[in-house]
Amino acid sequence: MKPFGYERPVDLAAAVTLLAERPDARVLAGGTNLVDLMRLGVERPGLLIDVNRLGMDGIEPMAGGGIRIGAGVRNSDLAGDIGVRTAFPLLAEAVLAGASGQLRNMASVGGNLLQRTRCLYFADTSKPCNKREPGSGCSALAGSSRELAVLGASESCIATFPGDMAVALSALGARVEFQTERGEHVVDIDDFYRDPGDHPELDTTLPPGAIITAVHVPGLPVSARSTYRKARDRRSFAFGLVTVAAALEVDDGIVQGVRLALGGVAHRPWRARRAEAELVGRPVAVAAIERAIDAELSEARPTPENAFKVPLVRRLVTGTLLRLAAEDGR
Amino acid sequence: MSVLGRPLARLEGREKVTGSARYAFESSPPGVLYAWIVQSTIANGTIREIDSGEALGMPGVRFVMTWQNALALNDAGDAELLVLQSRQISYRGQVVALVLAETLEQAREAAAQVSVTYDSEPADVSLSTTHPRLYAPAYTNAMFATDSVVGDVEAALGAAPVTIDATYSTPAAFNNPMEPHATVAEWHGDDLDLLDATQGTNWARETISAVFGLPPESVRIRSQHVGGGFGSKGPTRPNAVLAAMAARLVGRPVKIAYTRQMMFGLSGYRSPTISHIRLAAEADGRLTAVSHEAFGQVSPIQEFVEQTAVPTRHMYAAPNRLTTHRVVALNLPTPSYMRGPGETPGLYALESGMDELAAALGIDPVELRILNEPAIDPESGEAFSSRNLVGCLRRGAERFGWSARDPRPAVRRDGRWLVGTGVAASIYPADVVPSTARITAYPNGRFELAVNATDIGTGARTVVMQIAADSLGVEASCIDVRIGDTALPAAAPAGASWGTASWGWAIMKAGAALLEALQTTPRIPDSGLSVLSDTAEEVAAMTKMARFAFGAQFVEARVDLESGEVTVPRMLGVFAAGRILNPRTARAQFVGGMTMGLSMALHEDAVVDANAADYANRDFASYHIAAHADVPDIDVEWLDEEDGNITPTGGKGVGEIGMVGTAAAVANAVWHATGIRVRDLPIHPDKLIEQLPSPY
Ligand SMILES: Cc1cc2nc3c(=O)[nH]c(=O)nc-3n(C[C@H](O)[C@H](O)[C@H](O)COP(=O)(O)OP(=O)(O)OC[C@H]3O[C@@H](n4cnc5c(N)ncnc54)[C@H](O)[C@@H]3O)c2cc1C
Repeated sequence: MKPFGYERPVDLAAAVTLLAERPDARVLAGGTNLVDLMRLGVERPGLLIDVNRLGMDGIEPMAGGGIRIGAGVRNSDLAGDIGVRTAFPLLAEAVLAGASGQLRNMASVGGNLLQRTRCLYFADTSKPCNKREPGSGCSALAGSSRELAVLGASESCIATFPGDMAVALSALGARVEFQTERGEHVVDIDDFYRDPGDHPELDTTLPPGAIITAVHVPGLPVSARSTYRKARDRRSFAFGLVTVAAALEVDDGIVQGVRLALGGVAHRPWRARRAEAELVGRPVAVAAIERAIDAELSEARPTPENAFKVPLVRRLVTGTLLRLAAEDGR
Repeated sequence: MSVLGRPLARLEGREKVTGSARYAFESSPPGVLYAWIVQSTIANGTIREIDSGEALGMPGVRFVMTWQNALALNDAGDAELLVLQSRQISYRGQVVALVLAETLEQAREAAAQVSVTYDSEPADVSLSTTHPRLYAPAYTNAMFATDSVVGDVEAALGAAPVTIDATYSTPAAFNNPMEPHATVAEWHGDDLDLLDATQGTNWARETISAVFGLPPESVRIRSQHVGGGFGSKGPTRPNAVLAAMAARLVGRPVKIAYTRQMMFGLSGYRSPTISHIRLAAEADGRLTAVSHEAFGQVSPIQEFVEQTAVPTRHMYAAPNRLTTHRVVALNLPTPSYMRGPGETPGLYALESGMDELAAALGIDPVELRILNEPAIDPESGEAFSSRNLVGCLRRGAERFGWSARDPRPAVRRDGRWLVGTGVAASIYPADVVPSTARITAYPNGRFELAVNATDIGTGARTVVMQIAADSLGVEASCIDVRIGDTALPAAAPAGASWGTASWGWAIMKAGAALLEALQTTPRIPDSGLSVLSDTAEEVAAMTKMARFAFGAQFVEARVDLESGEVTVPRMLGVFAAGRILNPRTARAQFVGGMTMGLSMALHEDAVVDANAADYANRDFASYHIAAHADVPDIDVEWLDEEDGNITPTGGKGVGEIGMVGTAAAVANAVWHATGIRVRDLPIHPDKLIEQLPSPY
């Protein structure tokens, strides 16, 4: 791989300054995605800025029952946190559904948010890919697309965001906190991720030179009864074909509140707002749920290879919501 | 109790789990250079130009080898090894250059800067049963007849009250041993020394000496520890030739290892297969016709014909039989040996067909197989040395609780899962090839066994020690074992499930001869008393018989109605594989084989990208192999089988029999659970989801 420098700044300010000075630098957290991509020649940084010693590894309560999760918190620690497990079961379940024990021990919250797509062509430098090399073309459109997007894709890219944790965070309406030379910023997770459009090389709206410092998860009554469901090609250590993060509040058989986000279907964690809107005030019944999810999927544009994701979303969402409704809270 | 049959732990187990066992790539002779392969990015055409100027100017880079400056090589019968001999490109991923540098990372980075331009031609990568370029090869792998026709299959199909006509397919399957293919090459004058990840160093030496035009004595190859092979390290691979060639040209030792991605293309794999199965039966279940027409691919440069229909020739009694093989040369990497070549995809097809037939007849699938048990080998007319398939089926049915099974599909619901069970039968040849072995007795009471066996992780080192101890009537702890070195007495490669039988026979012969020699030797000299054996004559003198191991696999499958995900909570394999020489290592082979069969049934899927003319998924994140969470409670049992018509070891080989029937048993269980017959592996959720009934 290309020779690169390595720096481990002592505080956040120094890290942000260094990052601003060196456009060829990349932030190194657990390295479980970045280093793989460097080996493949997809990432070729001149400098790695190690953010593992910046003290961003705490989980703290926030006003209103929310929590602030440091960007450096390891996936394993997040999933094992008793507060998270109690108040936000879907988040702990989503993290545990991802990767493997060894990887989760290394992987950080910040790195997890920014993991790159698993589209096969993105990782293969011998083939065109607009996300890796803007303007080179999309090999997936007429190639292998079984794992790729059915919602919100563009002519230039049908890659999916592959992660699990962020799908749960999307359902929870989390906010991403980051630092640039101009100071601290906080952005809704919905505005953090983006559709590929004509710029699939950009996964997120995070400005260059930014270091993610934390994720804010608001306290919501609905999140107590929540779950994460992942359909995949093998029982562990596989990215989702389709995943569902759901939270439900029911009173007398009627939906009072619902949060729904889908993974494996789009360039971003897909917050199913249309379905949510359709469901509120309706009874928790198969027909109503299917109507809601069909509304969400009305603009799905699958390829022949990934057309199965549409019925898969339907079944997974329906089953997941019915199961949540049947639970007596937790 | 004899030391044979004892569940001894692997001799090198501790070294392996503590990381002190040294594999080929872990040796670094002084002055070693690291090699990195540059692979073609077209699938058909010619190299126009290679510009290595930039790479050569990079730090640490010592040499870039291309077709223009490589050594001229001899054809040893495998065109895969004729690396860097011409401009011609026949598949994507072929070697076009090799970069040599002082460090691995320097070589890797420089390899990315070697610029290659091509004149590209259209590539053909699509296997089908109607491909216009399909042809009948002269013979299949292992020299089996391409076609075999007995009686009149068409007439029997026309006349039978019950018939099955179905086509089954399997994707390309990549062996993927844990240890990648790797070689360290060093020349001493005109003598070549290789540390190579290979299943057999004698075979490797034959190949390497032919390729380089060297006398075999001047080539030494060692493989002390090999991290799996599954057939892919049987034949010598380009890594060994590249390392030896580069070391010659630069005058320094060279080491090379494939990356995981390179293994999908430069190490062989199982051809995708398509099997057209037709069965005809009387209403009472007796087969009147069995037809298996198999299709596969070869590469444009080298023919390796998966013998997919060959197991069908020996399985069931039917007066009319037809088995054929057709292949087409496609611009994809060269197929080669993978665990159970022929049997694995062939039995998936045949044993799925038998399950369909059982359902059509309304006969229990275990009973249907027993009904069609042949008295003699249907293909050769020879007697079986022993055939205990019926015993395996009956014992398995009892242990699995088969008798309570309701034959109807899609009627067992447990929450959101449909549940079913399936069975399939297995067969694998019990072959033997000549080997030599030497045992030396020392005055201190110790013995040294020297046999060029290879331990590819199976426990071979331990089992050959047990055989030697048994033949001498001493404790295993009295034996020092030397294997994995061409300096030792020549022996069979570890493959085709014949290793233990082949080495074992030579060891037993040496042991017996040494005991005799000791009787007449009053005092063992300090240098030891040695006996060298050779079983060439004995192997040649074996009577012609049908020698096979058999087995029956039973599987329970659960299908999630919400997602189409399949899980397998339990599997049972019952095997008749002769005498089991070490229950611990044999069990590991059976369980490992069944795990690989499960992986084939549910997970492994090599996706052909027609545009890029390539296998699209070439790493472990995208080419899924069963993970621990997928592997259920695997129960294994074997019958006590005494077979006096095989080698004196009494063992039939256990490396492949565990795998070959498993995929069919899984697919049959999925059908029993859901009523959906998946005839194209793997059984992924997308092949079920739309046909499954509503879960709510
Ligand atoms: C085999 C395998 C299987 C996997 N399976 C799954 C799965 O099923 N589900 C799933 O969700 N994930 C899966 N993953 C992905 C895994 O979750 C990610 O690799 C991991 O979360 C990345 O975290 P990291 O800390 O190692 O990031 P790194 O690799 O260190 O960084 C990733 C990216 O984020 C940037 N970055 C990191 N931290 C910051 C920060 N604080 N501010 C700004 N930028 C930052 C880096 O520059 C880099 O671009 C899998 C990974 C592997 C290798």
